[in-house]
Amino acid sequence: MTGRLITILQLYPKAMNIYGDYGNVLVLKRRLQWYGYEVNVLAYNTGDKFPDDVDLIIGGGGQDSGQLQIQADLLMIAPRLQQLADRGVPMLMICGLYQLFGKFFKTASGDVIQGIGLLDIETYGKSERLIGNVVATSDQFGKIIGYENHSGQTYLGSGVTPLGEIQLGAGNNTDSNTEGARYNNVIGSYLHGSILPKNPQIADFLIDRAVTNKYGVFYSEPIGDKFVGEARKVASKRPR
Amino acid sequence: MPKPYVTILGKAVRAASRLRGGGSALPGLVVERIDPDFIRATLATLPHGVVVISGTNGKTTTTKMVVELLESQGLKVFTNRTGSNFTRGVAAALLGEINLKGELKADIAVLELDEAHAVKFVRTIPPRYSLLLNVMRDQLDRFGEIDTTAKMLQIIAMSTTDSVVLNREDQRIAQLQTHLTTQKVSFFGLSPKLVTLFPSDDDLHGGAEPSSARMTDVELLNFDDKKAAFRLGDKKVITALKLNGIYNIFNAAAALALVRAIVGETLDNDKLVTALAEVEPAFGRGETLIVNGQPIELVLVKNPSGFRLGLKSFKPKGYATMIAINDNYADGRDMSWLWDVDFESLQPVGVDEVSGVRAYDMALRLRYDEVPITSVNPDLGKALKHFLSANNSKPKRIYCTYTAMLDLRRRLSKITNVESIE
Repeated sequence: MTGRLITILQLYPKAMNIYGDYGNVLVLKRRLQWYGYEVNVLAYNTGDKFPDDVDLIIGGGGQDSGQLQIQADLLMIAPRLQQLADRGVPMLMICGLYQLFGKFFKTASGDVIQGIGLLDIETYGKSERLIGNVVATSDQFGKIIGYENHSGQTYLGSGVTPLGEIQLGAGNNTDSNTEGARYNNVIGSYLHGSILPKNPQIADFLIDRAVTNKYGVFYSEPIGDKFVGEARKVASKRPR
Repeated sequence: MPKPYVTILGKAVRAASRLRGGGSALPGLVVERIDPDFIRATLATLPHGVVVISGTNGKTTTTKMVVELLESQGLKVFTNRTGSNFTRGVAAALLGEINLKGELKADIAVLELDEAHAVKFVRTIPPRYSLLLNVMRDQLDRFGEIDTTAKMLQIIAMSTTDSVVLNREDQRIAQLQTHLTTQKVSFFGLSPKLVTLFPSDDDLHGGAEPSSARMTDVELLNFDDKKAAFRLGDKKVITALKLNGIYNIFNAAAALALVRAIVGETLDNDKLVTALAEVEPAFGRGETLIVNGQPIELVLVKNPSGFRLGLKSFKPKGYATMIAINDNYADGRDMSWLWDVDFESLQPVGVDEVSGVRAYDMALRLRYDEVPITSVNPDLGKALKHFLSANNSKPKRIYCTYTAMLDLRRRLSKITNVESIE
């Protein structure tokens, strides 16, 4: 299987790298390697040339100041991201970039930060910060374990489906029990932790989509998920 | 001067809570409720005023150094030695020091304060001097954002009446200078060749800022295992050190700059350097205990930058390594931070024991850095016992979060000599 290359693109690692979202890139990279693929991890930062060949795109959360830094650049590469998403390229956007992949973020003081509208979601800044352990469920992924820390509350339009249904914590907003949003193979979520280490089923979904897009089929021997079951069990029982 | 009956009551609660082995903050809480002006009134009597030390990492060790360095200059220093860096911890420490008339026999107070509590504290008691160390990703579950924490430190700096000492190498700290118009400002820093050893969170994923052109008052020029070279003003000094860990040595530069700002021209440099050579690390900050003739080093880790520096400071070869990760309130509940630490330096020797409430999160983290693990046991008591017996003839090192450290220290104190924290 050597010689089979998968390219992961990390969006704005300089400005949007808070809360350990780098763990998502590491998990995808290692699992792909364990499955027998070669992995190339690229970084895209403000002003860079957007690479031609990309199989998987990952983005993380940032400070409010980080979001302002990248916003203009993100709008510039939006058509390219939309094209890739329509074509089925898997993407995982956490927290800050999840919000900016939506239509807009309206701050508590009324300013509107325009997003790229790839996801049919709207986000409103609130004074209350939603912080703590989260457990959600989904038909496809089962139990999803993570940690949230955000003051923006996100509302889903008809163009997306939720990633999961909240069992513990707040998720997208305090008015509904949804967490995250999906369009095609794009997943947006508020969950840190990082999300992928304790949710390998989501990591493998992204990998499956990336490999299938490129090589027609994803088949591999199981790699074993030591420690994951215990880590999930403990996390789901901790105080919020 | 505080009301006499408050002093007596507070001291009584303190004695009682020590008898039952209780926490260090309870008597402070009692006094705070009965006489909210207690701390202000008592500290207002000090001839050299109040010093506040804050920042994410290194408060406890730096405070300890500052106290010992000031004592070398003949000052009598009051400090919140208990490591209880909240306001009521200060009240509790005061109760231990004042006499029954409520008098505090000291020249100056040097207080380590948690960022959020420092903001409240300086509103009532503006410090004469402040030292701001760094602002790192830590306790984001309490404060939300690093920029929020930086704003807290700005309030401390702006409330200071005489001198503010800042870390030149931390961009969020150094730029606080632009807000300070009436205060004297001085910087401590690193020589250009050392800067790369201290990556900030921003540098971690390639966001390094160019080093600033600000002049330092104290600069760490170079160091090895046993000694360090500093520039103090225009004078270069080389001194032996009992401190280990590069972060402790950088904190020494911070402490020196603060003491220079406080003492001024009458500073006795020889006594200062002699005292610095004698400072030992604070509890759990690289302190060494002896069990069965072998050393055990306890290294407190509570955020990505601290953990990264810890791993960089202590070479794993020849040591048995244990990592204990709890997620209690004081540790932070979010495990995300473990993914911002690079553990590949542990690959060649592996980790012997993984423990704490979040032992399996840690084990999972190590697995993705392909670090071999010998044993995982969330129960700290069982894990410690196994770690000690399985590595009986080796020097040992334990990386632990705050509450895991307190727990392990208590267990170790039953089998070896451990300095009391109180």
